[in-house]
Amino acid sequence: MATNTAMKKQTGLTGNSAIAIAMKQINPDVCPAYPITPSTAIIEDFSSYVADGDVDTELITVESEHSAMSACIGAAAAGARVMTATSSQGLALMWEMLYIASGMRLPIVITNVNRALSAPINIHCDHSDSMGARDAGWVQLYSETVQEAYDNLIMAVRIAENEKVLLPVMVCLDGFITSHAIENITLLDKAEVQSFIGEYKPERSLLDIDHPSTFGAMTLQDAYMTFKHQQSEAMTRAKDVVSSVSAEFAKKFGRNYGLIDAYRLEDAEIAIVILNSAAGTTKVVVDELRKQGKKAGMLRLRLFRPLPHKEIADALKNCKAVAVLDRADSMNDFGGPLFNEVRSALYDGETRPKVISRIYGLGGRDYKIKDATDVFDELSAAVKTGKTDTLTKYITL
Amino acid sequence: MAETKKDLPKGGVIEKGGTAHDYYTGGWRKLVPVVNKDKCTNCMICWVMCPDSAVIVQDGKMIGFDLEHCKGCGICAVECPDKVKAIKMEEEAS
Ligand code: SF4
Ligand code: SF4
Repeated sequence: MATNTAMKKQTGLTGNSAIAIAMKQINPDVCPAYPITPSTAIIEDFSSYVADGDVDTELITVESEHSAMSACIGAAAAGARVMTATSSQGLALMWEMLYIASGMRLPIVITNVNRALSAPINIHCDHSDSMGARDAGWVQLYSETVQEAYDNLIMAVRIAENEKVLLPVMVCLDGFITSHAIENITLLDKAEVQSFIGEYKPERSLLDIDHPSTFGAMTLQDAYMTFKHQQSEAMTRAKDVVSSVSAEFAKKFGRNYGLIDAYRLEDAEIAIVILNSAAGTTKVVVDELRKQGKKAGMLRLRLFRPLPHKEIADALKNCKAVAVLDRADSMNDFGGPLFNEVRSALYDGETRPKVISRIYGLGGRDYKIKDATDVFDELSAAVKTGKTDTLTKYITL
Repeated sequence: MAETKKDLPKGGVIEKGGTAHDYYTGGWRKLVPVVNKDKCTNCMICWVMCPDSAVIVQDGKMIGFDLEHCKGCGICAVECPDKVKAIKMEEEAS
């Protein structure tokens, strides 16, 4: 994957520092911020860039995340390029405003450093925060590594502002595991970032007094559904836009990201489907099993909203048994959110693999090589017997 | 409003000013304000207080209500000075 361009200038950075640097290079007009663990360092670093005059950004310190997202919406309606970062309870407090941002078609970009939701209170990684926001109308990109989180944030600006999309984008990375661990990554130059994202030309601005307009007006039975339909179609179009922006990024900078990351799946009989950093551990186990002659593979979704359902179905079509690992529980007695959507994506296939749900790593619980190995063992047994143990189960308990 | 639903601007933006005039809030009304011009002193308090700008003023005189926009809230009747009380809210004639 890495070309010479992609390997230049290696720097050791935490996920949070890399995100803050991406924000510095993007130089958004407005950043309303209310820092929260584990994304605090993003705003901490970024506020020093503001104080040092490295960016032109108006940093608005607000009294809550609800206000942070409200200020994002106001600034975006005024035609500004807007970014912020949050986690967990912070994203939960933004809830009401998340839907307003997407319904008003404002291309806001936020970083969500994934952290478990209370209760019990916990500051460590799981995906209950962003999974809770999965139907809020935001494009969601998930990042395995610090490098990918940095690259995703830069691409997110282009995806959000694309005239066929005009939807807010959330870039997710794992709390502490990715946000606080130092990885060797390659930064782009500010000029490269600026030329890639280009100038933002909003279609309308509240500040354009020559063309007065109303944002957020009431719509009733005669119009509301039409706006939701438009929004839904924009989300459908976002898939191709993510592909084309990623292809352009690969061409310019040598780092290639698909909508999904299919690892050794071509002839795989058993596979794990997973998001974010846990893909790394899973790939190690896939390699180990391959050495033993077992046909194991892994599928990681980079894009979760919109769901690349055709790509998922295609990638898993030859598998006999699949485990979908969720770092969040839907509390529905029927498996996690990723499981339900992946399993549904496979329904129309000619050959439907057995699909099981395994919930792992809640509240930062480690997911180790042994855990992935055990899941693959379960899948091998299912292939042999044609039966699965239980449909849903907690692992790493 | 746009010609067809397909043309509705993204995100529910209303692309021009002054559109409240085209929205007939009069349809919401249950009670209708009726002014007794024999009592009215043309103090204009009702004109100031009406949330729908539905009090009609001509040549410095309060002359009645714009019933396409008056939503029947009764604020004018309450705000008309106690010594005058020139506005009564009555049942809409059916
Ligand atoms: S009833 Fe309400 S809306 Fe109608 S004229 Fe009086 S104040 Fe205005
Ligand atoms: S508030 Fe009463 S007195 Fe004053 S203009 Fe209105 S109706 Fe007349």
